[in-house]
Amino acid sequence: MIVSAMLFGIGVYGLVTKRNALRLLFAVEIMINAANLNFIAFGQYLPFEGSAQTALPNAFGQTFVLFSIALAAAEAAVILAIVVVAYRLHKDVDVSELKSLEG
Amino acid sequence: MMVLTVGSAIVALEAKEIVYGAIGLAGSLFGVAALFFLLDAPYVAVFQIAVYIGAVAVLILFTVMLVREEKWAKEAPATSLTKIAGIVTGLAITIALVAAAVDTNLGQYTTISNSATFVDIGQLISTGDAPILLVLALVLAASVVGALTLSRVERGEPK
Repeated sequence: MIVSAMLFGIGVYGLVTKRNALRLLFAVEIMINAANLNFIAFGQYLPFEGSAQTALPNAFGQTFVLFSIALAAAEAAVILAIVVVAYRLHKDVDVSELKSLEG
Repeated sequence: MMVLTVGSAIVALEAKEIVYGAIGLAGSLFGVAALFFLLDAPYVAVFQIAVYIGAVAVLILFTVMLVREEKWAKEAPATSLTKIAGIVTGLAITIALVAAAVDTNLGQYTTISNSATFVDIGQLISTGDAPILLVLALVLAASVVGALTLSRVERGEPK
């Protein structure tokens, strides 16, 4: 859990400092991984109701993380497509340079 | 393992060349997968390696190569004010989260010795969480279609 907190801190730092769209994607991925790590760690502590029969141990956290990983993959694919399009239009992926997005 | 994960996460954000950053991100994801193994979740760890290191990292590397230019080398350095703000925010959140984790009474619970098997996860996914699985499949399909539509080069359009 401490590792997860450190990873999340690094992700927030990257999100605040960096201006490159790909670096921002890195930061978001790191934060998602921190959250997943926390799910697994808490899942180890989760006492499942009726676990006396040991039919279903703590599979909830792991199941949730599987869904989360799949979602993160979809999100990464979309962001990368957006980055490619932005590069093709502007020859630049610095988010503060994308002035045409301003209203 | 902690050192590998956190260190390569820092490398991913601070490397001068963005290709090294992508490789650092892959190392960090691998460290997380190893931590999953250590936490008695081998199925999730294998999934993490397959999806993240197999697909996402390769995707990112390809994008970096597509978008690569000399301009990458001289990426505008963050001003010192933003940098300090970022470090302060990151540190504050880290300390708050660690304090919250230490402050709980989780220590009095014992970890469950029998970890979840593949069968349990499969049962959960295919029975109770089946609607989530279906919605997730739709979201994945929609995102793939969206990504393809976005990156399609119009015929006749000067590239």
